[in-house]
Amino acid sequence: MSKKHSSDGAGHAEHPKWMQHHFDTPSQQFASSKMGMWLFLATEVLLFAGLFCAYTVYRANHMDMFVFGHQFLDVKWGAINTCVLLFSSLTAAWSVRAAQLGQKGLMIALLFITLLCGGAFMAIKYVEYSHKIHDGLLWGTKYKPAGHAAEVIHGEEAHAAGELGGAHGRVDEGHTEAEQVAGIEAAHGEGAAEAPAAGGDALATDGAQAAGAQAAAPAAQGEGVELPADVLAIDVAERSTTLPAAIGPRGLVPVAEEGHDDGHGAGHHWEGPIPDNVHIFFGIYFGMTGLHGIHVLIGMIILGWLIYRALKNDFSPEYFTPVDLGVLYWHLVDLIWIFLFPLLYLIG
Amino acid sequence: MGALLTALAGLALAGKEKTFWLPKQSSTAAAAIDWVWGFIFWISAVFFFIIVGLTILFAIQYRARKGYATAKKHSSHNTVLELTWTIIPTILLIPIFWYGFKAYLDLTVPPANSYEIGVTAQRWAWMFTYPNGYVDENLHVPVDRPVKLVMQSEDVIHSFFVPNFRVKRDVVPGRYNITWFEATEVGDHVIFCTEYCGTGHSDMMSKVVVHPSGEFETWLEDASNFLDKLSPAEGGEMLYSMRGCKQCHTIDGSVRIGPSFKGIWGAQHALTTGEQVTVDGNYVRQSIMDPASQVVAGYDAVMPTYKGRLKDQEITAIIAYIKSLQ
Amino acid sequence: MNVTDTSITPTDLGGYASEEAESENFLSYPKGIMSWLVTLDHKRIGILYLICILTAFFIGGMFALLIRTELLTPGATIVDADTYNQLFTLHGAIMIFLFIIPGIPAALGNFALPLMLGAKDVAFPRLNLMSWYLWLIGAAFTVFSLVNGGADTGWTFYTPYSTQTDGAIISITMGVFILGFSSIFTGLNFLVTIHRLRPPGMTWFKMPLFLWGIYGTAIMQVLATPVIGITMLLLIVERTLGFGIFDPALGGDPVLFQHFFWFYSHPAVYIMILPALAIMSEIFSVFSRKHIFGYKFIAFSSIVLAILSFLVWGHHMFPSGQSELANFVFSALTFSVSIPTAIKMFNWLATMYKGEIVLKTPMLYALSFMFLFGIGGLTGLFLGSLAVDIHLHDTYFVVAHFHYVMFGGTVIAFLAGLHYWWPKVFGRMYNEKLGAIGAAIIFVGFNMTFLAQFVMGSQGMPRRYYNYIDEYTIYHHISTGGSFIMAIGFFLIAGYLLHSLLKGKRAPANPWGGNTLEWHIPSPPPYYNFKEAPTVGDPYDFSELEWDDRIEGYVFRKAEGSA
Repeated sequence: MSKKHSSDGAGHAEHPKWMQHHFDTPSQQFASSKMGMWLFLATEVLLFAGLFCAYTVYRANHMDMFVFGHQFLDVKWGAINTCVLLFSSLTAAWSVRAAQLGQKGLMIALLFITLLCGGAFMAIKYVEYSHKIHDGLLWGTKYKPAGHAAEVIHGEEAHAAGELGGAHGRVDEGHTEAEQVAGIEAAHGEGAAEAPAAGGDALATDGAQAAGAQAAAPAAQGEGVELPADVLAIDVAERSTTLPAAIGPRGLVPVAEEGHDDGHGAGHHWEGPIPDNVHIFFGIYFGMTGLHGIHVLIGMIILGWLIYRALKNDFSPEYFTPVDLGVLYWHLVDLIWIFLFPLLYLIG
Repeated sequence: MGALLTALAGLALAGKEKTFWLPKQSSTAAAAIDWVWGFIFWISAVFFFIIVGLTILFAIQYRARKGYATAKKHSSHNTVLELTWTIIPTILLIPIFWYGFKAYLDLTVPPANSYEIGVTAQRWAWMFTYPNGYVDENLHVPVDRPVKLVMQSEDVIHSFFVPNFRVKRDVVPGRYNITWFEATEVGDHVIFCTEYCGTGHSDMMSKVVVHPSGEFETWLEDASNFLDKLSPAEGGEMLYSMRGCKQCHTIDGSVRIGPSFKGIWGAQHALTTGEQVTVDGNYVRQSIMDPASQVVAGYDAVMPTYKGRLKDQEITAIIAYIKSLQ
Repeated sequence: MNVTDTSITPTDLGGYASEEAESENFLSYPKGIMSWLVTLDHKRIGILYLICILTAFFIGGMFALLIRTELLTPGATIVDADTYNQLFTLHGAIMIFLFIIPGIPAALGNFALPLMLGAKDVAFPRLNLMSWYLWLIGAAFTVFSLVNGGADTGWTFYTPYSTQTDGAIISITMGVFILGFSSIFTGLNFLVTIHRLRPPGMTWFKMPLFLWGIYGTAIMQVLATPVIGITMLLLIVERTLGFGIFDPALGGDPVLFQHFFWFYSHPAVYIMILPALAIMSEIFSVFSRKHIFGYKFIAFSSIVLAILSFLVWGHHMFPSGQSELANFVFSALTFSVSIPTAIKMFNWLATMYKGEIVLKTPMLYALSFMFLFGIGGLTGLFLGSLAVDIHLHDTYFVVAHFHYVMFGGTVIAFLAGLHYWWPKVFGRMYNEKLGAIGAAIIFVGFNMTFLAQFVMGSQGMPRRYYNYIDEYTIYHHISTGGSFIMAIGFFLIAGYLLHSLLKGKRAPANPWGGNTLEWHIPSPPPYYNFKEAPTVGDPYDFSELEWDDRIEGYVFRKAEGSA
């Protein structure tokens, strides 16, 4: 067959192996690849745009939910992660320069550092996530504040209801369960009492049901078997050595100062009623950071693949398109985080 | 073509009666909306006849008889002409939009003196709550008086639609949606659910009963006291159909969404949890107040709670009714 | 061989110089089933798509017939309510996500776009093949829901119903998510191809109008589809993890889902119709033997439509309780969409004016397009008008309207395009008489089916109804009757097209006298498309073409160099 088609326009033996036959020139191929990548990045931005829209809508309608919820995020870890990603973008961009200049060793080293930064980011994200999971600060139906988080959320309500005056005074392992339940009951009663007053007609009973149902979710957990006092004791002990994640407003009370006795109460001060549906905030937090995390993982796979191809000597100053495009993708991942960090961690 | 002529004739006669296109006009809004409908219809008809008429005319007039043809040289654009057929439709669109918007605004703002009725939608029934707390399966209203509906859903999104009134509004869980109308025709008018809500969507029908002036108040008073005048079982039977039980529970033993009421009194039921319960007053009461707590095996937990929606006297009547279905 | 007037012989094989050369055509070189499954050739990928989407169209059509049969009488006719609900859900999902959206761009566009550009292939052939495989995977997920408990939400997946109902909602939404990426990659590929692979001399305003339409479509595919992706993902986590963003019981907002959904699905409507309008621009010009009238207005109106399509999604939610201001803005913007559409229709009429109209099958479809899409477009005015929409929303009027647009517009244009490029793709002619009869049957059956639905809709019959009141019975009878007539038409079309593949007369290189670049090469095209970069002229100047009786096709009057 090849003999017969020797005159066709498809075979261009003189072209380098990375040159695809349907392009006329290397620059056309490079320009096409680059444009394709930019369009793909546009679709990625739009994928996130859905979540940013959800964020905007809920924040506009329920600002208090966001102000309240964000205090459980740890600004310190978030800031460190921001720096890690910014630094990784620098090394990534530098690796493209190295590729252009044919500095193979430098390029591989820089790509590897970028990859490590990605790993560090995910590790920190893991620490943050495990604290949230530990404290039950999750989305929707999984939102079941436990331990210190429950203290803040339900203790405050109970305090307002005048049922749990001593809650702030002594935060020790033993009291948590019983008083938490008491707090929930107080909250329950409060919700039921308030709703008809607000509505004033037959329809209002639903408001009461909604409030009741909302309070019922944590109640089920508090009364359930999964949190016996001894487990809780271990939890609290652990937490005291690790993280300030659930430590209330500003969330930045240094570990050393986190006195079980008094620092706690001061740190948790929250004016006014606890907003409804705080779990929506955590839903958005996990949705956005989760999808971003998946993108970081994909970015790391791409970086790994670039390192592999670089080691195979696939790139040269004439042809480094994959490095260029892979790094573009990494910049996007970085950029999205630059938006996520202030939107989620620095509210109010 | 025949249909089209009938259509045109129907429009010419546009009035209160049902026409070829539109159902009876039975509310104040209907006349206004039908006017906009007719306005758009005639503009569309003119444009349709221009476009299709010219298409047919050109296809006949300029057809190449041989099945092939040599190209002709003609002007390939004419900016003035093209701007003309850009600008004329644009100008026509302004009144179409404006009249539609004006009539819509009237639909959204209930007059201050409106009679207020609560509407509750649930799969697959409508319930109407009158100011005195009485609940009925049908929407009874006085004629020539604006009625405001405050609507809520117990489960998924529904939509309240009365074709004769040209009124439609989604009923969305978690919020109150409001609509209003002023009926002008005494009699019955069908209510549809127009937002897809599952198996019984197309059976989620009810009716508006428009009472002549003065008779509505009498009806409401009579209806509200039905439990006092009837035996508990008879009252329970009324509640069974009025409060949406019958949409899911039959009384002839056939299975619909929930278990049939026939002969269940005193029977043993296996629950989804594997427990066995005896159907007695407490079980029925529990199933009404907190339906998800004891679901009979083989059925889905789709029933909404009636907590706060049924009075003790009413629950007692329903229990008496179920007891009577041996 | 020189293509001059005298050298053409009746045995000319679709423009190939010899039988030996003819084996270079992309259908027969290279050989073997594997060569098709791993092909990077845009023409073959186009055919793979064509086979798949026609299969999807068949399945979706069968569901439609079952739906119409069920609706012949009120209450149960052949299936129960839950089965009916699954039928219309799958009919919608299959027709929209598996058939219409990829229909014209991925099947016909894949074949014709690089040829019209004079390019050797699309910019990213491997991505192109991947799009097709993604389509297959997405289709598998979608259809799997059928055996996995069924999906009964309607193709719109409105929350909270879709988060509460049983059945294979996750399977079908995963399918839609994957199909979305298939569509994104196709659009991305076309955008880059049009930007970077145009041959020297083909400026933007020398591009065939089909490419303008595909370009507008691709913009929407790339910019709108990711939003349905994230929406489907959120729906999936809502169901699996209990996310609560759309669940009113957890404080979420179900109407937010509708906004997300329609932010994609309204542009999706234009993803479906814009390529159809683009095909019409080609056919009206070629079959009127006359330069397209108002090239620039048509080209710009495609881009304007693409942009406006992003701004009108709220008109799907007029009665949902969104603010009056939102309704005001969305209604006003909705009307603006009709202007670019009207421009196109008037320009096509002007193209026909004083032309030499050749009434071959593609043109017959184009004529019925004017009728059907005319009705579809004009009934849109009723639905754009706020007050009237309140009455018509979610009734059969809407069902009829979008079928007039999607079927009367897109499917008719797809059929027109299929008949137009059929000789080029397969190198065979179909039976012209049967083609005309098929077009007529479809026209009659379609109008019977859906005109009746306009009437019952404005009389108040809601959509997605399994049962209905007796008043509407007569309309349902007419509608169901029409659907069976349409089915007969489709079987006829399938019959003569299959027959043409096996026994059809060999097609000449240029049976219709088109002047876009695909008509400059043999039928079927050689696998390498163009031996050398073609010279680019005005695609709508037919003065160099004349009919040659011996090959029953058109030839270029001046020699064009070797074929």
